[in-house]
Amino acid sequence: MKVNITVNDRAVTADVPGHELLSDFLRDRLGLTGTHVGCDTSQCGACVVHVNGASVKSCATLACALDGATVRTIEGLSAPGSLHPMQKAFHENHGLQCGFCTPGMIMSAVDFATVTPAPTAEAARRWLEGNLCRCTGYQNIVAAVLAGSAAMQTTEGARST
Amino acid sequence: MTQATGIGASLRRKEDMRFLTGHGNYVSDVSLPNMTLAVIVRSPHAHARIIGIDVSEARKMPGVVAVFTGADLVADGVGGLPCAWPVTGKKGTATKEPAHPPLAVGKVRHVGDPVAIVIAESLVEARNAAEAVTVDYEVLPAVVGVLDALKPGAPVVFDDIPDNVCVDWEVGDALATERAFSKAAHVSRISLVNNRLVGNPMEPRAAVADFEAARGKYTLWTTSQFPHIVKLLMGNFVLHIPQHKLRVVSPDVGGGFGVKQFHYAEEALVTWAAGRLGRPVKWVCERSEGFLSDAHGRDHVSEAELALDENGRFLGLRVRTVANMGGYLSTFGPNIPTNLYGLLLAGVYTTPAIYCEVKAVFTNTLPVDAYRGAGRPEATFLLERLVDVAATEMGIDRAEIRRRNMIPGDAYPYQTPVMLQYDSGDPAGCLDKALEAAGWNAFAERRKASLEKGKLRGIGLVTYIEACGLAPSRIATRLGARGGLFESATVRVHPTGQVTVLMGTHSHGQGHETTCSQIVSQRLGIPAENVEVVFGDTDRVQFGLGTYGSRSAAVGGSALAKATAKVVTKGTKIAAHMLEAAEEDISFEDGRFSVSGTDLSKTFEEVALMAHYPTDYPLEVLEPGLEEQAFYDPVNFTFPCGAHVAEVEIDPETGVVELLRYVAVDDVGTVINPMIVEGQIHGGVVQGIGQALFEDCVYDESSGQLLSGSFMDYCMPRADHVPPIEVHTHSTPCTHNELGVKGCGEVGTIASPATVINAVVDALSHLGVKHVDMPASPSRVWRLIANAGFSPARS
Repeated sequence: MKVNITVNDRAVTADVPGHELLSDFLRDRLGLTGTHVGCDTSQCGACVVHVNGASVKSCATLACALDGATVRTIEGLSAPGSLHPMQKAFHENHGLQCGFCTPGMIMSAVDFATVTPAPTAEAARRWLEGNLCRCTGYQNIVAAVLAGSAAMQTTEGARST
Repeated sequence: MTQATGIGASLRRKEDMRFLTGHGNYVSDVSLPNMTLAVIVRSPHAHARIIGIDVSEARKMPGVVAVFTGADLVADGVGGLPCAWPVTGKKGTATKEPAHPPLAVGKVRHVGDPVAIVIAESLVEARNAAEAVTVDYEVLPAVVGVLDALKPGAPVVFDDIPDNVCVDWEVGDALATERAFSKAAHVSRISLVNNRLVGNPMEPRAAVADFEAARGKYTLWTTSQFPHIVKLLMGNFVLHIPQHKLRVVSPDVGGGFGVKQFHYAEEALVTWAAGRLGRPVKWVCERSEGFLSDAHGRDHVSEAELALDENGRFLGLRVRTVANMGGYLSTFGPNIPTNLYGLLLAGVYTTPAIYCEVKAVFTNTLPVDAYRGAGRPEATFLLERLVDVAATEMGIDRAEIRRRNMIPGDAYPYQTPVMLQYDSGDPAGCLDKALEAAGWNAFAERRKASLEKGKLRGIGLVTYIEACGLAPSRIATRLGARGGLFESATVRVHPTGQVTVLMGTHSHGQGHETTCSQIVSQRLGIPAENVEVVFGDTDRVQFGLGTYGSRSAAVGGSALAKATAKVVTKGTKIAAHMLEAAEEDISFEDGRFSVSGTDLSKTFEEVALMAHYPTDYPLEVLEPGLEEQAFYDPVNFTFPCGAHVAEVEIDPETGVVELLRYVAVDDVGTVINPMIVEGQIHGGVVQGIGQALFEDCVYDESSGQLLSGSFMDYCMPRADHVPPIEVHTHSTPCTHNELGVKGCGEVGTIASPATVINAVVDALSHLGVKHVDMPASPSRVWRLIANAGFSPARS
């Protein structure tokens, strides 16, 4: 099935079999290995990317259903050599250890920050219920998400003025 | 500048950049030209005889390159997976080490036991062909529980081991302990289960192998915590590949927790197949497959008794444990429930007589091996549950009974009755700090407030000790280890004074690129950004034993400190020549070699340049170049200790336990990077909370099927399950390594299961509940409440 998908601002045309998952499409076809696969039951969230601006689990999304869609992965979140405010917040708050869940966490967190006007630690913990981390105990991730959300609002504010 | 990047700084991590931007390089990201994909065919039965395997249909399937079975490996002389740490049992008996073929031969012994490998051009084709492999099984009765395995007439896992006993081990003085019990004013008893766990690092295991025929050289990329040991075990014992013709690379590894410190069948299978096919072979474990192929953890059933005098002083401790080894021995299997368990039973107490017996038994389950904490959480859980039982029975405050029995500060080095000699520690200081931070004394008011809401509130306390920094080779080999446990580090100074460090340890989340840079920064007076840390490649790092047992800072860091000292020694000789001074008059500080009493000096960079461009250099007596390697073998284990407090609230209507607060006070020795240490403790504590409240690996007793085989059934702790963890350190430096470090990777997991369960039991003790097995799930807790006849309405 032929699909046209915009991935990280780049137009991609591909002929994909009906069973091809977005996670495989990104990793195997486009070499975007920053999107990780940590389970086979859509539980862990390591594979979260943005489709048309909202976070989705790419392991539970078929590539053939995304004709005309815009996809953003961790590789496309910031320009090379720079960091998105959420990436910076994860760095500053030690919100990652082994790094495997990190791309999914950050993509999920960016969506959280976008749709949550007044983020709290409790809301962040609830939102991240679909993202498993085995290293951090979540504490510094929650701190990073709150710091990143605040930084994103400042950046957005600066941009709109 | 160096001040800010040396030891003690919360330097942000150097390794973060690639992980934050999606540019990490994990094994599943490795892709080679002409690569094939492998799928493992696994046993659906817990115990069965293999009558025959028909691969003819599978071989004809589209895209299939090859299908191999155990017979192919046997025909090629492939060996079994070796056990690297057997132990000596009672009366000098040896650990039984049955063959562990990478693909099952004759019999399968657990669900998931590999029986064939299917290799195809694509993963989909390999999966389809795997479905077409027909295995004719004669299903046999299976045994999964350790007590069942010891019953007469139980299914026999290995035909030549009719009692299923792998080893019957003991430590301590049975007679002295018996005498202690005969003098006791009170004896407290407990029976408990330490439940089976699945480690579940977020990155599933993976392996990619390549064979370059023209060089006769194999390369294996694997998700391993110890690539050099994989190289040694697999090369030398399994595949008979000469060591210089085998390279093992563990690039970025997404968490280990012990699960990735064993040599697994799949590593050998893809390497062997790559050689046979002359093409790269890649295998990536799926999560549900990981549940069926990663070594599991814990799984003990124990009985213990504590003898006390009339003042609540511990006189003796007697422990009988049956530990599950699973269907084969994993790499370190027998060592975990013996040396890493029995030797820790003194805890932080002065109990004069201890005797512990451990029977390790085979069952039709996955092999059991080290999982974060490995033996030490089990010891802490048993001891600290028993101390609470004793406190309750004797009517002594739980903090007071611990204080009364604690090793006094001036008693170090302290010789325990179970072999270990603790070098340092201040558990009483940790305890005071934890009680203060947790508001222990004001708990009664909080309990009252909860009760007014219809909730049952409990507070739990644990003091613990850990032996880590694995390991002094002399002691470890005496305890059965088939190899040394030293570490190596190389400091390569470039002509411009920047440094590349080659470490034998492996970082898979612990931040070694940062902490090792901090050690070098401190020692050589250069900024941490001028240091690159390399690990995980046996062709780049000469030798190393990897990362497990909280050893990286204590053993690897010590090797690194030693190597930097050698660099300074050689640099001093060069500087002495350059400055026309005597070596003994040269001092090195803040990156500068100075002649004492003068203003003459040379910078580290100037000396590094001279070493590589020796225009003014004593070539007759000194080699050019500036690279030093050091090997460090510790003289003793290190002994982190501490005190943790947890507070829970239980809803008697649902049995749901809510963890309200968690306070950890840990003595991890000198702290190199406080931010990283705190992060390690957060993660460790939450893994232990997982065991206490959520995680349980369950087999069906009659069929031996794994019931908790995915994240749908195995409850991993999630962000909304846990409160913030309050971390405090209370450090006394280790006395026998130069850096004074003890280790911080496992302390959280060692202390937290017992701490949380002590709190849960405290909340229920007024109902007559003496113990709650893990996990304290809503159904289990609700049943205890209901059985006690407690009704929230009547409270």
